[in-house]
Amino acid sequence: MKQLHELTIKEVLDGYKNNDFTCVELVKHFLNRIEKYNPKLNIYLALNENALEQAAVVDKEITEKGITRPLLGIPFAIKDNFLTIGMETTAGSNILKGYMPQYESTVIEKIKSAGAIILGKTNMDSFAHGSSTETSDFGPTLNPWSIEKLPGGSSGGSAAAISAQLATVALGSETAGSIRQPAAWCGVTGLKPTYGRVSRYGIIAMASSTDSPGAIGRSVEDCAIVLEVISGKDNKDATTSPSLIERYSKNLEAPDLRGVRIGIVKEYLLSNMRDDVKNLILNAADKLRLLGATVDEVSLMDPKYAIGVYTVIQRSEVSSNLARFDGTRFGGTRDLFCEETKRRIMLGTYTLSAGYYDAFYKKAQAVRTKIISEFDEIFKTYDAIIGAVSPSPALSVGATKNQPMFGEMEDVLLEPSSIAGLASVGLPCGFVDSLPIGLQITSNQLKESIAIKIADCFQRHTEFQLFPDLDKTL
Amino acid sequence: MHTVTVTQDEVKKIAKLANLKLPDNEVELFADQFTKTIEVVNHLNEINTDSVKATYQINGLSNVTRADEVDEKSVLSQETALREAKKTHNGFFVVERLIDSDAEELI
Repeated sequence: MKQLHELTIKEVLDGYKNNDFTCVELVKHFLNRIEKYNPKLNIYLALNENALEQAAVVDKEITEKGITRPLLGIPFAIKDNFLTIGMETTAGSNILKGYMPQYESTVIEKIKSAGAIILGKTNMDSFAHGSSTETSDFGPTLNPWSIEKLPGGSSGGSAAAISAQLATVALGSETAGSIRQPAAWCGVTGLKPTYGRVSRYGIIAMASSTDSPGAIGRSVEDCAIVLEVISGKDNKDATTSPSLIERYSKNLEAPDLRGVRIGIVKEYLLSNMRDDVKNLILNAADKLRLLGATVDEVSLMDPKYAIGVYTVIQRSEVSSNLARFDGTRFGGTRDLFCEETKRRIMLGTYTLSAGYYDAFYKKAQAVRTKIISEFDEIFKTYDAIIGAVSPSPALSVGATKNQPMFGEMEDVLLEPSSIAGLASVGLPCGFVDSLPIGLQITSNQLKESIAIKIADCFQRHTEFQLFPDLDKTL
Repeated sequence: MHTVTVTQDEVKKIAKLANLKLPDNEVELFADQFTKTIEVVNHLNEINTDSVKATYQINGLSNVTRADEVDEKSVLSQETALREAKKTHNGFFVVERLIDSDAEELI
């Protein structure tokens, strides 16, 4: 008999329908768990004081109307860069401590319209500048698998919330790796949609040309259900795609992958990668073959170039986006930025400055064109490419100290697909040293359905959806 | 090959452009770190981009417009807009004095 915190979205909705439990009971259950485990793990920065009240309203709706909304009464953990009216939003930074948003993110509006309950705001690298959650001004989040380890980042709080089972599903965002990498380090599933599939309106900006809000959950199915709700053109975000939203939640439970062509990227099995990590990825490729897919080795540009491209583009766009934090209309003064944020703003200012713009920014954007055309070429033949998410399992707390390019180095395998705005699912594919390892399944822009189909089929035929026993870990 | 050593003077200049005040120890630290970062970035010069155009917008959209009409739902009330500011005066944001101030010459 599953416990309440172990239920998927479908199981929660069925439970409500069958009167197995109420929304108030489910929310209370999570709040109790949060009270017990959050102090040690530092996952939530703030909780929704009205959660139980809102849950009672949901129960009334269920009684009167039944389940007519896709996320009715589903408890969410929200990364703290999504503006939420009535709840402090800090982006993990002291400069926004105490900031109460004056408008709401489109994605939050959408999940609320779908009936979701927000449990709280999760910890993240300050302004999303990191791949560890260690640059948060409010202390690192710890990995629920081992408290000496980091959960990854920048959506570390959201990924840890799912791993620690302190919410049914979570929202995160990815600029280059920030959904998939913490999902991998925490052993959960993350879905980074195509750039422009989901509105960025009301999400504190990092790099405007790659930021992609997405879902982190127990399963591909849960992420797909959320994606269907949050996708869509938004008049408030001119970069959103006018493409019709597919029924992502209906593209699941394929019995096999016959006819699917997958490329395993040889360069994503880095020479300095541990053999045990490599083997898990090769095993995953074998599993996909057993499911009927063709899996061929393919070759792409060495991902080290993506580091250069991403570093320049991201830091340049960061320097522009963070100019708005001047302490005049909201927030504190610029001396409150943490060191990592200052570093990124300054490097970006440098690469955009007169005399260097052509050598760095323009050059990076030209190499970006090459990366994109290379992917376009590969996707003429293949439906998806796979590889590892991260070169290693979760690193230890403190690993980011004195590492000015920690984030960009850690995310080397994810930067190419982020730079090109591709859709990608990151899901667990095994363990090394008792820590989870993630597999990425990446498809071309607006083809998330195929990545979801492959990931879902792989997940249903393997048993890697595991969750730590917190009473043992903590 | 565009080898670059980022000097402390350059760091100070960038800090000014970025409106950041850096303590002296950070100036030295950043000069060293930026030089290392630029070394990584310089790998890009190994890729020939002679006839390659830059991509700024990856989903091919351009000139996305809307009707020039006010959508009341997207407008903040003055009260809401001012609410989070540290200093306001008679319904205005208060900014630091720029004109006739003692601020150093702008770059």
